[in-house]
Amino acid sequence: MYQIPRWRYWLVAVTLLLGLLLALPNVFGTEPAIQLARDDRAVIDTAGMEKVRGMLEARSVVPTASYLEEGRLVLRFGHVDDQIKARDAIEDAAPGEYVIALTDVPRTPTLLRQMGFKPMSLGLDLRGGVHFMYQVDVQGAVDLAFERMAQDVRAQLRKARIPYTEVIKEGTSVNVALRPGADVAAARETIQGGDPGIVINESERDGAEGQVTVLNVTFSPERLKQRQDFAIEQNITTLRNRVNELGVSEPIVARQGTDRIIVQLPGVSDPNQAVRVLGATATVEFRLVDENNNPYEAETTRRVPIGSKLYRDQAGRPILLKRDLIATGEQLSDATTGFSEGAPEVNVTLDARGGQEMLEATRDNVGRRMAVVYIETKSLAEGEQCKGTRSGDTCVEETVISAATIQSVLSSRFRITGLQSAEAHDLALLLRSGALAAPQTIVEQRSIGPSLGQDNIDRGMMALAIGAVLTFIFLAVYYRVFGLVANLVLVMNVVLLVALMSLLQASLSLPGIAGVVLTIGMAADANVLIYERIREELRNGNSPHAAITVGFEKAFSAIADSNVTTLIAGIVLFAFGTGPIKGFAVTLVLGIATSLFTAVVASRVVIDLIWGRRRRLATLPV
Amino acid sequence: MEFFRRTPNIDFMGKRRITYVITALLMIGSFVLLATRGLNFGIDFTGGVVVEVSYPNTADVDQARDALAQAGFEEAQVQSFGSSRDLAVRVTPENDEDVNEVSRRVAAALAQVDPGVQVRRTEVVGPQVGEDLTEQGGLAILFTFIGILIYVGFRFEKKMAAGTVLAALHDPIVILGFFAATQLTFDLSVLASVLAVIGYSINDTVVVFDRVREVFREMRKATPTQVLNAAINQTLSRTLMTSFSVLFVVVSLYAFAGESLKGFSIAIIIGVLIGTYSSIFVAGALAHDLGVNAQDLMPVKHDDPELDALP
Repeated sequence: MYQIPRWRYWLVAVTLLLGLLLALPNVFGTEPAIQLARDDRAVIDTAGMEKVRGMLEARSVVPTASYLEEGRLVLRFGHVDDQIKARDAIEDAAPGEYVIALTDVPRTPTLLRQMGFKPMSLGLDLRGGVHFMYQVDVQGAVDLAFERMAQDVRAQLRKARIPYTEVIKEGTSVNVALRPGADVAAARETIQGGDPGIVINESERDGAEGQVTVLNVTFSPERLKQRQDFAIEQNITTLRNRVNELGVSEPIVARQGTDRIIVQLPGVSDPNQAVRVLGATATVEFRLVDENNNPYEAETTRRVPIGSKLYRDQAGRPILLKRDLIATGEQLSDATTGFSEGAPEVNVTLDARGGQEMLEATRDNVGRRMAVVYIETKSLAEGEQCKGTRSGDTCVEETVISAATIQSVLSSRFRITGLQSAEAHDLALLLRSGALAAPQTIVEQRSIGPSLGQDNIDRGMMALAIGAVLTFIFLAVYYRVFGLVANLVLVMNVVLLVALMSLLQASLSLPGIAGVVLTIGMAADANVLIYERIREELRNGNSPHAAITVGFEKAFSAIADSNVTTLIAGIVLFAFGTGPIKGFAVTLVLGIATSLFTAVVASRVVIDLIWGRRRRLATLPV
Repeated sequence: MEFFRRTPNIDFMGKRRITYVITALLMIGSFVLLATRGLNFGIDFTGGVVVEVSYPNTADVDQARDALAQAGFEEAQVQSFGSSRDLAVRVTPENDEDVNEVSRRVAAALAQVDPGVQVRRTEVVGPQVGEDLTEQGGLAILFTFIGILIYVGFRFEKKMAAGTVLAALHDPIVILGFFAATQLTFDLSVLASVLAVIGYSINDTVVVFDRVREVFREMRKATPTQVLNAAINQTLSRTLMTSFSVLFVVVSLYAFAGESLKGFSIAIIIGVLIGTYSSIFVAGALAHDLGVNAQDLMPVKHDDPELDALP
């Protein structure tokens, strides 16, 4: 008689218990639900929840469960009809107050949910939805940055009274031609402004007025990289805002690689609608209104004064704006609606630099008007008219959405007043969602209908069940009682795998299910290695107890080596793969971990429980 | 039940010339197929549009083709997908066409055949995404090999590492040859299964080599030929057993998991079969002819005592 250390029994028991608990939320399935978020993005509290429940009671719709999650209200229903009724009830009782998303949510019991146990999330191929990949034109963002740099340099030199002939953007730098006799050192210092991210090169050139010094100003590579990163981050934030306006539950907006963004919208079945909302690339600009010239005259004579540009407002009226930018959407951090003295207003927040520029621009212009220009870039469908400037298939429309009088000197936080309530709401939404820092295009789009998703789940589960049963029968026939032990630990392996995936909130995709199925086959291997060894030891004349001990010992190095090689392939897949491939890699890698544990540690415990305590053991049923 | 009542005694090393010929034929065949027919890359790699639709009644492939041709898609590939009611249409747009617009027009053309059509899935991949994927896929295969070469070289020794990797190189080439011969779509999930097969095949070979190392230490007077034969024979029932259990599950995936996993599972099925062949017949023979001997494996310096001390 021999026994393995007692702590191993406890290890296996505790792991199994924990695994069962973590995997438990997956067995309850889902039911129809609606998710409510307040349109003004305020958090919904218990009082808000009661209010909504009241609306439902008035129509005698009873949710099976209702709870708050991350400031949103989730209402579950036993049937789709109730779900639709509830949505209508809320829309009728409080029009425009909530963004309502129809969805399916896990039917996890309250107790488990409150303890923080969640089921695995399902990938798009299993629940249906749309997937977009955007390519961000970082070069566009860089161009804009240099445009702004040229503008900054002009302003700085004027302020420091350093004479120059021209400041122009050329590729990825700005060339500053100083007038002969200008103080070059002072110019350099002014432009540098103590910023290590700016690089200045000096050269001489023969101009009309003799030898002039040309300063070539550019960003350091690190700064350029940072600029590009900011642009992508900004685009991600913008896309997130737009996705929120769509009212989709559990959307994913994430960066992929250096210059791509992934958007996944589960449950959305019409990709075109999503493309329309997400795809209209838009940005805003703040400009001063040119009050010295008559826009109507400029329009009829087609002669626009130098330094100004002709725009139209939403009603189609002409308006002249100064060419110099005050701030752009890139510098906009937030825009919300509010009320002051009973009148609606939009509260705008700019970042530090935007605030500084706003301060400088408005200091001398109190009492004049400042305009917000909304610039939308969209790709045209066949036969669609472009109201703005057309270039190829893309259309750029520039509209003045507001021109309000500057009441006082403004900085990073200011209010736009004099609007109607609905106008204020739209302006805030446009400002908020319109702040794209760089142009972006869709380079990949996938949409999976909800019926296909369900089919994928059904088929995947069927394959899993049949594959598992075949393996179980085969192992039981081949290894008899030891085969049953192997089956037991294979089941435990699947439980632990599901538990780990739920814990990590890894999303399960169809290739992920394939990974689980494959893991069963691979996990059987570790058991096979051990049992074959035990058989060999028995054939060599070892006693059953010795055969078990030696079998486990000798099989271990082969098990470890073979799992490490599969692990390497899994990690490479994870590192290079995207989307579903990553899902496959995750299950493969986690499966290796769980199968090592179950085959080497757990099956040993089970075998010892059965045979370890018997004093006399003539044969083993292997 | 047992495959072999007692440890078999097959002279694998003696027959290695035959296996070399078979292997060489497989390799040449695959390369010729790859060079002449090439792979039928999916839109993941080439870029393009795939629309999968479901008709209320049996779908008429020819009618759908006509409708698409009228809409300007003469080159569209139409095939039934899974069941007789489902169709998959693949279109490769011209360079300057808007891919999203193309997918809309394809769906509209298919609706003309029967307005009850339901779009189950659309995939639109821009050409630049495909180029990146091809590059990443190549890199992934390369890094898998480098990682495994380093590990096996560290755990065993150089000749065996070379034998392992050569035998494992053989497997994905045969899978690619199979995909070139059948012209099945080679998409991202097939690439993933090729990588999984590399891992699996090496796993198989490593188990054999683990035994080679052990037998070299036990049978000090035996020749490398005897040792390699003994090791392959001793692990033979395990190799077959594991291949069977993996085959059970992948065949079940192939049969039941639906159309989108067909390519993935067929690649693994081929991979498991060929991987089993290469671990039994090729890897050992290569190590033998690369001159593996007892001295290479005697010093225990390669062993990681911590790893071996674990249960």
